[in-house]
Amino acid sequence: MRLLLRRDLVCQQAVELVTDYLEDALSRRARRRFEAHLAGCPHCTEYLAQMREIIRLTGRLQPEDLTPRQRDEFVELYRRWRSEQE
Amino acid sequence: MEADGELLLRLRSGDERAFVSLVECYQEQMLRLATSFVPSQAVAEEVVQDTWLALLRGLDGFEGRSSLKTWLFRILVNQARTTGTREDRSFPVPDPEPAVDPARFDAAGGWADPPEHWIEAAEGRLEAGKLADRILALMDELPARQREVVILRDVEEMSSEEVCSVLAISDGNQRVLLHRGRSRLRQLFEDGFRGAR
Repeated sequence: MRLLLRRDLVCQQAVELVTDYLEDALSRRARRRFEAHLAGCPHCTEYLAQMREIIRLTGRLQPEDLTPRQRDEFVELYRRWRSEQE
Repeated sequence: MEADGELLLRLRSGDERAFVSLVECYQEQMLRLATSFVPSQAVAEEVVQDTWLALLRGLDGFEGRSSLKTWLFRILVNQARTTGTREDRSFPVPDPEPAVDPARFDAAGGWADPPEHWIEAAEGRLEAGKLADRILALMDELPARQREVVILRDVEEMSSEEVCSVLAISDGNQRVLLHRGRSRLRQLFEDGFRGAR
């Protein structure tokens, strides 16, 4: 088991595993290897934190309000559909 | 957004406000998503409009096997695909594209030009609204297929299964596109901070 872990991950490989890591798509062995790399690499730790931050910022986007005109158009669309039904 | 069951009830029973608030919730990202499939903004707007009408017309037959949101976005993608494709979309996933520019690593694969620190600075320097504007602008710079996955996964916060079902792609492709999209977004964001100094 130890032998398999010996070949250490380099940073350039580690950054390609970030999404699989966050998606929980790595094998147990690959996950351990990735985490062992992070433990000794502040730059990749920072990189991972930034990827998490990007996901967080993207998830915080709020839809813009409709303009009064758009609102009217959609009410109109809805009413048209209602009248189709009768 | 409220639970699907209640919302469906209101939509079916003639509650205009329920419909408008549903539109308000998804219109913007639907438009952004449609834009990546069709040649112009005007066509994208038509596709979104048609999608809303298709949703209303399908309400009675909707059995709730997926969430209302997944269903809505699936209609959108189908409408957009039949309306016109801007590129050859049958090609699975284009050539490998590194998450980080290889020039930033040394010969051994370690960081030569490590990531800049910007997390605290981003929060401190930019008010929330400006930060959102920047993220949106950068999202528009992503290649279409990466943008589609990022919108659905990270903005709309769908599960990977839902995204695969909406875009009709495999889980493997979904993950590759997500990885490239997020990696590129991080890079663009960092570039912005380097340039702003």
